[in-house]
Amino acid sequence: MSAQTILQVEEIEVVYDQVILAVHGVSLAVGQGEIVALLGANGAGKSSTLKAISGLVGAERGDVVGGRILYRGADVTRVSPDTLVRDGLVQVLEGRHCFAHLSVEENLLIGGFVNKPSRQQLKAELEKIYHYFPRLKERRKSLAGYTSGGEQQMVAIGRALMARPRLVLLDEPSMGLAPLIVEEIFEIVSRLNATEGVSFLLAEQNASIALQHAHRAFVLESGQVVASGAADELAARSDIHAHYLGAVA
Amino acid sequence: MEFFFEVLIGGLLAGVMYSLVAIGFVLIYKASGVFNFAQGAMVLFAALTFVSLVESGVPFWAAFALTLATMILLALAVERWVLRPLVNRSPITLFMATLGLAYIIEGGAQALWGAQVHGLELGIDDVPLEFGGLFVSQFDLFAAATAATLVLVLSLLFNKTRIGLSLRAVADDTLAAQAVGIRLRRIWTVVWAVAGLVALITGLLWGARLGVQFSLSLVVLKALPVLIIGGFSSVGGAIVGGLIVGASEKLAEIYIGPLIGGGIENWFPYVLATLFLLARPAGLFGERTIERV
Repeated sequence: MSAQTILQVEEIEVVYDQVILAVHGVSLAVGQGEIVALLGANGAGKSSTLKAISGLVGAERGDVVGGRILYRGADVTRVSPDTLVRDGLVQVLEGRHCFAHLSVEENLLIGGFVNKPSRQQLKAELEKIYHYFPRLKERRKSLAGYTSGGEQQMVAIGRALMARPRLVLLDEPSMGLAPLIVEEIFEIVSRLNATEGVSFLLAEQNASIALQHAHRAFVLESGQVVASGAADELAARSDIHAHYLGAVA
Repeated sequence: MEFFFEVLIGGLLAGVMYSLVAIGFVLIYKASGVFNFAQGAMVLFAALTFVSLVESGVPFWAAFALTLATMILLALAVERWVLRPLVNRSPITLFMATLGLAYIIEGGAQALWGAQVHGLELGIDDVPLEFGGLFVSQFDLFAAATAATLVLVLSLLFNKTRIGLSLRAVADDTLAAQAVGIRLRRIWTVVWAVAGLVALITGLLWGARLGVQFSLSLVVLKALPVLIIGGFSSVGGAIVGGLIVGASEKLAEIYIGPLIGGGIENWFPYVLATLFLLARPAGLFGERTIERV
């Protein structure tokens, strides 16, 4: 593995409740500063792969039973999520999972607590998030549960960024959102990647938008990688679309 | 009319005592979605420990601090040996665990300190004071002031501190809280320790009124209607619920009681709670799930 690899997943197997095999020998890699897309239909194992990496699979009665996960060169298989967040690996959950009864600003602040920042640092971090998501600043006093789906996705991403991550695992950011909002969110992801140098591994069903913004991609089916390569090459291969990703979205 | 107000105020102040018990439940319910059946046992345990220390000659504040330390140790033990092994289990499993825990704590308290009844003297006399022609118990006023202080401290803790915000985050969405790096074990320990502090204060006030004895763990039964009326997830709701229960049971006893032969104070709150369950299952201030349309 090269010195620039930030995440290396080797042949992992994920099992839920000791019997349900969700991920069956997936290997993938994310380079420093890269956006990598993880594509596939519903139930292909995208979410389980991400949760295995972030350590959250354990919170859902799942376990990584085979293979290993290297983050910045160290084996982090089965390391607890809070340790990983402190080391800069943060997951944004599918379906956004905002703290509905807390305000937008409280949601964001909580994301920053993990590094034990001073009051000033926390405030500076918050301003940075508002710079990327000006809409959240307008709505900062609203309860997150009462904001729109797009705003909630922004809260979820902003909350993860408050921890100053090196690598963000982004699960299904387009889910249930209008195409224009999806476009806006992917634009911000690209911008964060370019200016802050944050790497992204994003699971997505909407292959066309993901391939527009990603550098490379892996395609999952039934818990296995069935294709991988540069994003523009994959986008050009019509068989991939036909077989695994459905017709052009 | 003066008599009516005296009954009302007496009832409201008695209600504050119910609220105190209910707050202990609310704390743990908020953070883990579990109805902690052991809260009553914790009240008994705290009061027994405190009284036994005082009787063996430890000064008041030292005994208070020592008991509080014991409650924190208890919280650590509960996290380590009850909550941690049961992580990710359904709420009903955790509820059953707290049921078992209640017996262990009750038994442990009595094995450690004995089962005899202790008197507890807080230095506040239960004598009536006169306010513009109305008589109000000095002890009730003291209890109300204590409860008010406690609620103020708790609301500062929840709204102004990082640990408090993290706690509310866990209450809202446990998985998301873990995803942003909140350590569940630490949150649970803090919550149980705070519930232990509430149990200690409850135990002292109730113990001073009833004597410190086994039946102290049964005051929690009075907390049930309070929680149903006020809502399981709101400290403010526990206060309002307590006031409603206290005032209504006293007024019902005085004004409805004679019509049906009296003795209704003990069951009236449960009837009220049943009506609330029919009309407003989340209680007055319980958090309903936010649904966007």
